[in-house]
Amino acid sequence: MKTKKARFITSMVTYGVVIALYIVLTIMIDNKSISRTLKGQLIPICSWIVMAVSLNLVVGISGELSLGHAGFMSIGAFSGIVTSGWLLNGFEMEDPTLRLVLAIVTGGLIAGIAGALIGIPVLRLRGDYLAIVTLAFGEIIKNVMNCVYVAVEGKALNWGFLSGDLPGTLLLNGPMGAVKVKTISTFTAGFLLVMFTLVVVLNLTNSRSGRAIMAARDNRIAAESMGINITKYKMMAFVTAATLAGMAGALYGLSMATLVPTKFSFNESINVLVFVVLGGIGNIPGSIVSAAALTILPEKLRFLQNYRMLAYAVLLILAMLLSNNPMMKSLWKRLIPGRKEKAEGEGAMRA
Amino acid sequence: MSEAKIRQNTPMVPYPSGAMVPERDLGSIPVLECSHLGIEFGGLKAVDDFNVIMGKTEIAGLIGPNGAGKTTIFNLLTKVYQPTHGTMMLEGKDMGNMTTVDVNKAGIARTFQNIRLFDNMTVEENVRIGLHNQIRYGMFSGILRLPKYWKAEKQQHEKALELLNIFDMAGLADVRAGSLPYGAQRRLEIVRALATSPKLLLLDEPAAGMNPHETEELMGNIIKIRDQFQIAVLLIEHDMNLVMGICEDICVLNFGKIIAKGTPDQIQQNPAVIEAYLGKRKEAEA
Repeated sequence: MKTKKARFITSMVTYGVVIALYIVLTIMIDNKSISRTLKGQLIPICSWIVMAVSLNLVVGISGELSLGHAGFMSIGAFSGIVTSGWLLNGFEMEDPTLRLVLAIVTGGLIAGIAGALIGIPVLRLRGDYLAIVTLAFGEIIKNVMNCVYVAVEGKALNWGFLSGDLPGTLLLNGPMGAVKVKTISTFTAGFLLVMFTLVVVLNLTNSRSGRAIMAARDNRIAAESMGINITKYKMMAFVTAATLAGMAGALYGLSMATLVPTKFSFNESINVLVFVVLGGIGNIPGSIVSAAALTILPEKLRFLQNYRMLAYAVLLILAMLLSNNPMMKSLWKRLIPGRKEKAEGEGAMRA
Repeated sequence: MSEAKIRQNTPMVPYPSGAMVPERDLGSIPVLECSHLGIEFGGLKAVDDFNVIMGKTEIAGLIGPNGAGKTTIFNLLTKVYQPTHGTMMLEGKDMGNMTTVDVNKAGIARTFQNIRLFDNMTVEENVRIGLHNQIRYGMFSGILRLPKYWKAEKQQHEKALELLNIFDMAGLADVRAGSLPYGAQRRLEIVRALATSPKLLLLDEPAAGMNPHETEELMGNIIKIRDQFQIAVLLIEHDMNLVMGICEDICVLNFGKIIAKGTPDQIQQNPAVIEAYLGKRKEAEA
């Protein structure tokens, strides 16, 4: 791990680069010098960055392998869509910005509550068992969302399980998901959410609570002997990550005209985990870069048609080989002396 | 520094219960009281009928051959293991329902035989982990960087440096703990334990891997810590110079049972101790 000063510099550089990229992209959008596919991907990229950074809080900082992160995104997405639809139909709130903010906050809160409820049983487990149970909860969330019907009638929200015979306009239609969603997400909102996530995660990591979370990860017995309540801090990381994932979900859900519950399957959880692993476990700037790159890459590979996912997999393997193998690391070490200590630290973390 | 110079010859006097404590601690409640403490692992009595009373500022030693159950006793005292028999009291409070975390909050801090530092954190951060329950602020003050955060972080920084200075380690504050030399890691563990402001400090082989010069320095430091913080120290150690040099009371363990208790002079003469360490004389058997 780096010293305090080095960590401060990394944080500031991360904020700086994200802000600079936002400004450049906004100017490019104004000049219309950006391709339409990329423009359409900007909001999903922001959501996936938030997902990757928040999962890194659980996997990297807290050291627990969670395989159900997409479940929280799903909860956030659908509660965000319901909130937005309810506010529009029931309260005639036309202002999309305010609706978006309220939807994101609600999505985050509900996902956070779900995270707390799931965290209570799950965080009693360790290692592989925890991974399996989070996977199971991710699937449970997906299947529950598949059966939920919500309709809005005036100011009242009606909801049903397994049956869509509800009075009013349907917002969620079971397995059909959310249809005719008013897309109100904006790139600026996505950027602000990324910044918010970075502030939360980086500030949490560099605080008393963050040190306790890392202590619990590095040495359970030593941390307990120092008076650190392990369950509390594991829970703190897990719930914070679930909340952020819910916010990302709301942003994502409100950028799509239709959204089906099966979208948030195990595959998406693994996808986010791939972002985290490729970017470096515990490495927040790395998560941002890999989430953005791996969201753009499949689109860029469209010209390969049927071989698209094959090429994606090969590129992924190559990227892992080039970034994380010990020989490449020692090569980097020799090329750039400043990287030496960092590479050693990362090696030790893995061991 | 010779042996005699380091050890302050405090007379040991009996409590009403008969246990011996240093004369100066007679007026205050004993910091630790174990009676009939024991643990069984599936029929194997790892520790059996362990009775000890420690005065408020006593330095006591726990010695015995390998596998005698010394570290198990530390694990019982910190509730890493749950005792199957007996009771423990910390300053008169029953420890029966406490968890490892509660025990630390109540005032027992320990170091580990196989060093358990947070290797990837800096030296200062390791001490700050020890200060976790001493200088506190909440998660939201941390995320929002409220004034409380800056104030508490500054306090933690100052306190950490002050504690590190006991072992002249303030200069190493920004070094990664895992890259410290072995002896320094042991000292850092002691500092980290001290940061939790304990009433009783448990040191598991503090001098292991140290050279004689470092050991002598450590002996002085243990006494210094005791005097400065007015705490009791219970230590496990194989280095007899250290044990005989600073301990006021020694407890010898073999196969989980106490075989002798007393002052260093008494222990050195005790035939049961000599037998446990060196075995019986052949002539004696015949």
